[in-house]
Amino acid sequence: MSDEMRVHIRSEYDLVIARQEARKLCIALDFSSGEQTLVATCVSELARNIVEYAGEGEIVMSLALNADQRGLVIIARDQGPGIPNIELAMKDGYSTSKGLGIGLPGCRRIMDDFNIVSRTGKGTTVTVKKWKR
Amino acid sequence: MSIPILKQGPYLIASIQSAPTDSEWREMAKVLAERVGKLRSRGVVVDVTVLDLIDSFAARTLREIAQIVKLRGAEPVIVGIQPDVAFSMVQLGLTLGDVPTELDLEAGLATLSAIIKGGESNV
Repeated sequence: MSDEMRVHIRSEYDLVIARQEARKLCIALDFSSGEQTLVATCVSELARNIVEYAGEGEIVMSLALNADQRGLVIIARDQGPGIPNIELAMKDGYSTSKGLGIGLPGCRRIMDDFNIVSRTGKGTTVTVKKWKR
Repeated sequence: MSIPILKQGPYLIASIQSAPTDSEWREMAKVLAERVGKLRSRGVVVDVTVLDLIDSFAARTLREIAQIVKLRGAEPVIVGIQPDVAFSMVQLGLTLGDVPTELDLEAGLATLSAIIKGGESNV
């Protein structure tokens, strides 16, 4: 298995692929089935944000290693309109589309590490990590 | 691939076979709304046993389907949410509102029959 998996996100069909690939990596890392579900759900939310707000982007998933931990790094990247107010976007229940507004704050809750960089007109990059327990 | 919808007596059973795409979810809502009228169904079971995750879109769509079914005069019930899925929904803060849920198809059908019988005796 390669250490990096890249899924081009253009449509709702790619969401399903991204979720499946996330699960495969989780299995390779020996994550529990509960952790697999959390990670795959987060990937689904990130991929949906790309389709909904930017139309196109990519999800890159790779193995993360540090001195005493193994885990998964997921980067969701697009060149869409960007998020004008990140603080607001991270609030539970806030959404500018038809969503529940739960995608980003939910992801932050279920992952070990969450980072978002967005520039208006340039795009958004969300990086999340999940370490193996 | 669309989601098969089976008729069993006065009930409809939407039996999800694999992770639906967004458009398959929407299609299911539309077909159920139509078929409840055409077959004069009294209840609808949405069986999500095979789903290995329910994200915010799926949760919202399940809620909407339940609402649509109710507005069409039938009773909705969602069955088969797996333990890991339930766990992750709670962690994410996803809820199905007041949509009735049951362990499996059998329990779902029993609940529908109880709701419908209960409603009739009150008339």
